[in-house]
Amino acid sequence: MFELSELWFVLVGVLFVGFFFLEGFDFGVGMSTAFLARSDGERRVMINSIGPFWDANEVWLLTAGGAMFAAFPHWYATMFSGFYVPLVVVLLALIGRGVAFEFRGKGETEAWKKTWDIVILLGSLLPPFLFGVVFANLMQGLPIDQQMEMHAGIFDVVNVYTVLGGVAVTVLCLVHGLMFLSLRTVGELRERARAQAKMLLIPLAVLFVAFAAMTVWKTDMFEARGVVLSIMGLLGVVAFVLAGYFMSKKKDGWAFGMTGTVIALAIAGVFVGLFPNIMISTIDQTFNLTVYNAASGTYSLKVMTIVALSLLPFVLAYQIWSYFVFHKRVHEKEHLEY
Amino acid sequence: MDTVMLSRLQFASTTIFHFIFVPLSIGLALILAIMQTMYVVKGDERYKTMTKFWGKLFLINFAVGVVTGIIQEFQFGMNWSDYSRFVGDVFGAPLAIEALAAFFLESTFIGLWIFGWDRLSKKVHLACIWLVAFGTTLSAFWILAANSFMQRPVGFEVVNGRAEMNDFFALITNGQLLVEFPHTIFSAFATGAFLIAGISAWKLLKKQDTDFFKKSFHVSIIVALLSSVLVALFGHQQAQYLVHTQPMKMAAAEGLWENSGDPAAWTVWAAIDPEKQESTKEFKIPYALSFLSYSKFSGEVVGMKQLQSEYEATYGEGNYIPPVRTTFWSFRIMVACGTLMIVLAAYGWYLSARKKLDQKHTWFYRLMVAAIFMPIVANTAGWIMTEIGRQPWTVFGLLRTEDSVSPSVTSGEVLFSLISFTTIYTILAVVLVYLFLKVIKRGPNAVVEKTEKITSDPFAKEGLHV
Repeated sequence: MFELSELWFVLVGVLFVGFFFLEGFDFGVGMSTAFLARSDGERRVMINSIGPFWDANEVWLLTAGGAMFAAFPHWYATMFSGFYVPLVVVLLALIGRGVAFEFRGKGETEAWKKTWDIVILLGSLLPPFLFGVVFANLMQGLPIDQQMEMHAGIFDVVNVYTVLGGVAVTVLCLVHGLMFLSLRTVGELRERARAQAKMLLIPLAVLFVAFAAMTVWKTDMFEARGVVLSIMGLLGVVAFVLAGYFMSKKKDGWAFGMTGTVIALAIAGVFVGLFPNIMISTIDQTFNLTVYNAASGTYSLKVMTIVALSLLPFVLAYQIWSYFVFHKRVHEKEHLEY
Repeated sequence: MDTVMLSRLQFASTTIFHFIFVPLSIGLALILAIMQTMYVVKGDERYKTMTKFWGKLFLINFAVGVVTGIIQEFQFGMNWSDYSRFVGDVFGAPLAIEALAAFFLESTFIGLWIFGWDRLSKKVHLACIWLVAFGTTLSAFWILAANSFMQRPVGFEVVNGRAEMNDFFALITNGQLLVEFPHTIFSAFATGAFLIAGISAWKLLKKQDTDFFKKSFHVSIIVALLSSVLVALFGHQQAQYLVHTQPMKMAAAEGLWENSGDPAAWTVWAAIDPEKQESTKEFKIPYALSFLSYSKFSGEVVGMKQLQSEYEATYGEGNYIPPVRTTFWSFRIMVACGTLMIVLAAYGWYLSARKKLDQKHTWFYRLMVAAIFMPIVANTAGWIMTEIGRQPWTVFGLLRTEDSVSPSVTSGEVLFSLISFTTIYTILAVVLVYLFLKVIKRGPNAVVEKTEKITSDPFAKEGLHV
């Protein structure tokens, strides 16, 4: 039998996978408003393509945070206080981005739109990058003391490995977002989105290989869980290659599914590699936060399990339904809400 | 300033700011749902225009409410990590459930509502706004369940120096929650209602779209009146509850150093000196505090000095008296605003129901415009009383504020975040007011014109069928 805290580790992992899969593409679309769009009309199409979804996608992050708080209070406390400054920047970025979508279309002047465009770009670029850095740090280990307090200086958290992780996540989100765009738009914009995604595949592959190599070198994840991680890695390579193949065949739906699979495998890989640790101490292994010493009591986990398992099917059902309602492609000539 | 003080300042300012928009969202969602129901049931296009016009303000406000809420969920861990470690087991659960049950609901269905006007059937689309309204209310329930635990901890035991949940049912039937939730939710309804009523009054003052704004005023003033009265009733319930569970907060809210004597008089005004521990120049209403505390005209209320020695016996040495002036005056500001709201809403309802809303009442219109801010001030004052009055505790009787803060976060870091958040919030506030005024100035016709323009667009048909 498994323990409830193990189940919750899986659930938090699922929530983060959901977050990166869903918010990942709207981060990518947000970046594309700067890198791909050629006109205000195209920019509006892009924003409207994620219009009905981005808010609910972001809730996956809030729920993941809430689940950490409830199921692993020590994890939530150590990580959120330990990464204080990066999280402040993430929050500022998410705040700006959220209102920018709503505010951008409500003014007429060029300066007004330009301002919010910059906010959308930064708001879509910084969070995936910083989350990538944070996740790479979780894998690499952090100076955590006996009281589970993390006292990290800037050079503990910023190094080649973690920055590489940040860049990889950012580019991955961008590719995923571009595929979402080619799935949700028409005509020339659709073609350009796909072409740019394809062009980015090689650099992304390089980033991945470099990051994987450094992971083998810097962490003991492969020693501990080599078989599972290798299988996941292999599946990731297959999905990656298939993504490229489907892009060439102009099968956007399949290609989007594959970039999503790569994201899911990458994030799931972090959790598989960490288990049973959730935060690794570089000071002393016995200071590690684990699934067992950071968890809430059994009663609390039981309640949370019942609540989560009874609510999650409904949440998934209506979220999937909302994607079904807005399955039609967005067109510049139609009425655009944003 | 030290980390504790800076963290408190940040929590207070971000929460107060967030809670300007949250009640507005809750209240406006309900009123929009009512308006849209009238449109669907009566088939009257004017109600559709109403829903769309007020919907614009609602969405601007909703966006700010949502984004400022993200900080709220993160900053427990960021700034109050020792608090999070101590209560996560109990406090984290309602927060996680809030996200899972309420945030998903409101965020998904608000998307469906904004973009679904032409893609969903009238009834399904109407269901979307009701689900948004339900989601916002549900969200309030869960976050208040968490807050109620801080006021009156129940359903837990302390194991290895941490509070662990042992009775979830006790947590969600916490007596504190049962009075705090209705009090807060009706004040939120009132906040939304006074915004619509106030803006309508402004437009009536300017004689623009008078039919539209008379109708809007009518719908909102009914909500305003009902909820203002209910806020007061549940407020009274809460005060009685407070006397039993947090007598120190009540005593501080009354500036009551010594025991009141029986019957207890209510202090309207006093000069409070926390140094000398005395209140002077008091103006009192006899019997009123007994009524406030026990719903009868007799009964003594215990003063702070006696409570301080009782608390010292229970919790050890320390100062258990909260900042008295703040607690005292925030309570009075809240009550004064609440009372004025009832009076204004009653008179407004009378005028509206008797079809007497005309140009003779410009003074009343002006008052109603000013009254937009009354519920906001009352909400803020109410929360200041609740949270400041609980000091020195974060969780009453269990954990002190000074022991709750993150040990690994430096005061420089908190100063950085405090300045950043304050700056971005100030910008948000300015932009929000600018956009509000813009939408209001354009009036309801802008909404209608836009709809017509789409149908006359030669490409519209093509666009919708790609």
